[in-house]
Amino acid sequence: MSGGSLMKRLAEARKHRDVGQLAEAIPYARWMQIAPENGTGELLTRMRYHDSLIGNTFLPAIHGGTLGALLEMAAIFHLLWETEAETVPKIVNITVDYLRSARPLDVIASAKVTKQGRRMVNVFAEAWQDDRSKPVATAQAHFLVTAADEPSVL
Amino acid sequence: MVKSLTTPEERVALFQTLFSDAIPHNRALGLKVVAVARGLASMQLEWREELVGNPETGVLAGGPLTAMLDGCCGMAVATMLKDPMPFATLDLRIDYAKPATPGKPVIAEAECYRITRSVAFTRAFAHQGDPKDPVAAAAGTFMLGTKGKVTRAQAVAKEVLGKGLST
Repeated sequence: MSGGSLMKRLAEARKHRDVGQLAEAIPYARWMQIAPENGTGELLTRMRYHDSLIGNTFLPAIHGGTLGALLEMAAIFHLLWETEAETVPKIVNITVDYLRSARPLDVIASAKVTKQGRRMVNVFAEAWQDDRSKPVATAQAHFLVTAADEPSVL
Repeated sequence: MVKSLTTPEERVALFQTLFSDAIPHNRALGLKVVAVARGLASMQLEWREELVGNPETGVLAGGPLTAMLDGCCGMAVATMLKDPMPFATLDLRIDYAKPATPGKPVIAEAECYRITRSVAFTRAFAHQGDPKDPVAAAAGTFMLGTKGKVTRAQAVAKEVLGKGLST
């Protein structure tokens, strides 16, 4: 449960100021083509469009589950990169609101900490496509940040 | 129109085609439709390396579970539609009760417990063999009559489950 390789990767990524390295340690992030980037000075997480993201072939639209996945990963990358996390944050729950259908394009997400507690962090995340003022989905999630014996999916 | 499908196996095969094979992301995850009845849907996700969120432990990432629970809740909604219409997820909450054991499949069981003219309400659990010991729980609401053309998946209830489906 240590997430040792990811924390090692985080130290390495910090040294090189290259947050993109974090995604390489996570098989699911690689498979989904979800990776953090900080080229603009702001930490963003991008899900590159590929055909297997589609959930509705008629519209066409990206699968809602993949937007939830992106928002969750964006929250995790944010906690790893922007806070002094010493362990991999463990997700407790996430609520995703779907605001618009997502077209077959890249989706970008940002995250911010709403409340940082000693053990629990509340994170807000938002995803958009070409227009940041028109989010396709938002999410609120809770993460445990210290206790080593609690549930974790990451 | 399709002939009436009477056996559970035939129904499962049809729902597999419409809700997994025909939906690129569900197909990519390899979602298997396990069971379907009016208001109820069950799917299965096999563990595989590419879906892992923690390479140290081999535990699945949250994303594949989110996608399966969304898909499974959506399938439960489809079985309840009196008239074919497009619908879309409005919100979805996932509680991660405990990590899924690596190497074992995860089974999702969803129920659409209420449907109105505009909204359908669903609940789902994901477990690995013992429904009383879930790895995740979900609550999803769906907006009915959204934009777009009706897909065959959204028309399937009338087509297949229309007449007195009991199980």
